Amino acid sequence: MRLIDRLVGIGLVVLGAAVMNAARSFPNVPGQQLGASTLPTLVGAGLVICALALIVRSFRPGAYRNAPSQTAQSVESSSGEPVRERIGPPLALIGAVLLYVFVSETAGFLLVAPVCLWIGFTVLGVGLARAIAWSLAASIVVHLVFYKMLKVPLPWGWVPVLY
Amino acid sequence: MDALINAAGLVFQVDVLIVVVLSALYGLFVGAIPGLTATMATALLVPITFFMPPIPAVAAIVTATAMAIFAGDIPSALLRMPGTPASAAYADEAYRMTRKGQAELALGASLVFSVLGGIFGVMVLSFAAPALAEVALKFSSFEYFWLVMLGFTCAIFIAGDDFIKGIIAMLLGLLVASIGLENPAAHPRFTFGVIELIGGIPLIPVMIGMFAVSEVLRYASMRLRPVMAIDRPFGNIFAGTWKLIRTYPKQLLRGATLGTTVGALPGAGADIAAWMSYAISKRFSREPQKFGTGHPEGIVEAGSANNSALGSAWIPALVFGIPGDSITAIAIGVLYLKNMNPGPTLFVENPQNIYAVFMIFFLAQLLMLPLGWMAIKMAKRLLQIPGELLIPIILLFCAVGSFAINNSLFGVIVMLVAGVIAFFMERWGFPIAPTILGVVLGTMLEEHFFSSLVKADGNLAVFFERPIAGALGVVTVLIWLAYALKPFVMKGKTHG
Repeated sequence: MRLIDRLVGIGLVVLGAAVMNAARSFPNVPGQQLGASTLPTLVGAGLVICALALIVRSFRPGAYRNAPSQTAQSVESSSGEPVRERIGPPLALIGAVLLYVFVSETAGFLLVAPVCLWIGFTVLGVGLARAIAWSLAASIVVHLVFYKMLKVPLPWGWVPVLY
Repeated sequence: MDALINAAGLVFQVDVLIVVVLSALYGLFVGAIPGLTATMATALLVPITFFMPPIPAVAAIVTATAMAIFAGDIPSALLRMPGTPASAAYADEAYRMTRKGQAELALGASLVFSVLGGIFGVMVLSFAAPALAEVALKFSSFEYFWLVMLGFTCAIFIAGDDFIKGIIAMLLGLLVASIGLENPAAHPRFTFGVIELIGGIPLIPVMIGMFAVSEVLRYASMRLRPVMAIDRPFGNIFAGTWKLIRTYPKQLLRGATLGTTVGALPGAGADIAAWMSYAISKRFSREPQKFGTGHPEGIVEAGSANNSALGSAWIPALVFGIPGDSITAIAIGVLYLKNMNPGPTLFVENPQNIYAVFMIFFLAQLLMLPLGWMAIKMAKRLLQIPGELLIPIILLFCAVGSFAINNSLFGVIVMLVAGVIAFFMERWGFPIAPTILGVVLGTMLEEHFFSSLVKADGNLAVFFERPIAGALGVVTVLIWLAYALKPFVMKGKTHG
């Protein structure tokens, strides 16, 4: 946490300074000393000050003695086993959403959604046949609910309009 | 009286009642699955409520959240995994009761005291909100400015344990809110030439990202092997609860009162209410040594606290448009979408809508008894639903829901970015609630801050001149001073 606080602190100092710099070009309301720059300037300054405080605190001995658990809602396994953290599945899920963003307009919801779901099921350890069956069934149900019932214009893409 | 009759007419319609029952079942389901929170249940509901008339939309949120907060107690007792953060305070206690063969008493107490606490919170909401709205009609920009500041202050200092990170989280939220044209000079800020950013960052995809996608990512990053603590059918869950009511009436009242108070504070909600109540219960108990060994007293007090906080969190949300907790932060977004803009005028112009919301609250609490009983009976089967099948479907639902708000993939991108940021913020110890408050209240803060500064014309004492504004201002400044001076006082004591 000490190293993370330092790195995040440096990033936030840069962000705060950039915000203040950008705010300098924002205009005031005619006839006033205030305007579009007031809030961003205060926010930028606040970010720089707090980030510096975070960095200074990270150098203090004993600053992390009573630190809370790493995540606010960390879950402990009732079997007593330590919870193993994995980086692959969340990354794959992020990739699946990006795939949806960049391909769904062209290829269509009914082609892309099952692929995204299949990626998700597979990285979370669902078997091939079950993953394919659930991907297809869930995609069709979501399409029916949002496209048919709620009239959300989900793209058909390469798939001919079926209903 | 007319407003009450009109409100009853709005609520007791077949479609509204169907929405109430369906969202109750949905809330019980989501709340009971470990890792899926009540806030997530609300965020996932928003895309559906988008297509409903105002009253069923609010009914869906109110009912689902009340059920989800209770249902979070079920996996706490059976798996030692809180279904929602609001159950975390007494998860270990409930689990130990189950291990002692008292699963029925643990779950029965959770259910009955959730209902009683919930009814208490709703009663306070029903009486306090209209009275407060009358006062709020006279509020100027100074009062609203200090209310927003008090909301931030509560979220940072009362609900969080690291105030530097809390302030940073709030500032990041304000930064997000400052994107776009909506500012005093109507100048496009931080848009980088992207047309979609001119209108600002859409609120609902941010909420879905921060509350649902971040949870999905967190769930996917862990491999949990929960162990069911009961391998026999459930007996009568209501046996013993009457005795608990007679034994712990003070704890019930104290929990419900504290929960209602914490809930009504802008920015602090059910989770913090439960933690505080559990700690107070232990502190004032005649048998503090029994806490942590499977003792129902803490469950009685904290269980009633978290549900009572739910109702009272709507007081600042409805009267001032300032969220009482993260759930009402989302609900405010829905109210704006439905043209039920929160604020005191809502009580004057559309009192029937407000009374309808109160009635739905009562209805939800009453429905909780039979449906909660049913959920407990089905709990073992419910908890066997594999998370790996739910998580990808929830993520797809989030993506389609974020798309549906403006029929734009930009919403999906915003959702993903917000989700990833919230995921890392939680890992690195930054609280999410102040960020959400910053995003929701940023425009309101800037508007009232700007008009107050113009009125003040350089004389900052004007911020404290009006009595209510002055009182709110002094309280806010005192809380900040107390926290700023705390390290020096502690140092002095150590040296002394």
